[in-house]
Amino acid sequence: MSRTLPLKHGRGLRPLSIATIAAIPLALVLVFFYAPIEAEEGFLQKIFYLHVPLAIVTLCGFVIGGLLAIVHLRTRDRQWDLRSYVAIHMSLIFGVGTLITGSIWARGSWGHWWVWNEPTLVSFLIVMLLYATYQPLRFAIEDPERQARYASVFAIVAGAFVPMNFLAVRLSSSYLHPRVLGSSSNLPPKMAFTFLISLVAMSLLFATLCSYELTAKRTRILLKARSRTLGFR
Amino acid sequence: MQLATSIPGSSNNGYVAAAYIVFFAIVLIYVAIMALRLTRVERGLRELNERAETAAGVAPNQTHGAHEAHNPPRERERV
Repeated sequence: MSRTLPLKHGRGLRPLSIATIAAIPLALVLVFFYAPIEAEEGFLQKIFYLHVPLAIVTLCGFVIGGLLAIVHLRTRDRQWDLRSYVAIHMSLIFGVGTLITGSIWARGSWGHWWVWNEPTLVSFLIVMLLYATYQPLRFAIEDPERQARYASVFAIVAGAFVPMNFLAVRLSSSYLHPRVLGSSSNLPPKMAFTFLISLVAMSLLFATLCSYELTAKRTRILLKARSRTLGFR
Repeated sequence: MQLATSIPGSSNNGYVAAAYIVFFAIVLIYVAIMALRLTRVERGLRELNERAETAAGVAPNQTHGAHEAHNPPRERERV
């Protein structure tokens, strides 16, 4: 059964964009002029304020994609499937950024672009590879209803895998990777504040780009529908 | 985590720059792709408007969908 989509395009996009445009330079100023230099890694540690928020937002985006897919399966409203798709799509882009920045950090810090015996890195790669199959799976199905349903099932299963994977890594014995959140975190207040602002900025960027993508997709869908209604295509 | 008492050597500055440049490049590429898509949507919308106006001008009451052209459904649209 086809549901309908309200014509409320780009609502809240402008304030979200303004907040993002304000938050990113603020975060950059804090990173480079406010946060102190770390003793062991020195200036290289500045990557931390980019890489870790990127990773957190990516993983949260995957989980949000799964939650939105649950709403889609419960309501059968295609709007939720579209939202789930956009959240996962954007998380994949952010995930690529996480892998690249992490790799650069690893090269500077450990002397290697990739370390296979580091559980956090490998588990993140596994999550990324899992989600890399989402789009081929989705677009291999032509029937829109089935496509949305199967994609939602995938998003839920994979979304549940993300926190389990995170917990498994946390419980593993190796703690090579620096801990940011939790009892083992010992960030000085200035660093913690900078990290928090960076995380907020990254979350705002994610939300803004998701909102842009959703608005663009809805507008295209609407345009096609109008063309059909007018009998042009 | 410990803080440095003096500013350490700048041998790793290149990595920091590379990481931030890569990130902003990804965002920039994405925004450029979105801008291209938006241009395509705008072109489609312009064509649609022109065709609707032409159709309405030729036969206002007979053209298929002419009524919808002037009174598009405002509240809800099929996905």
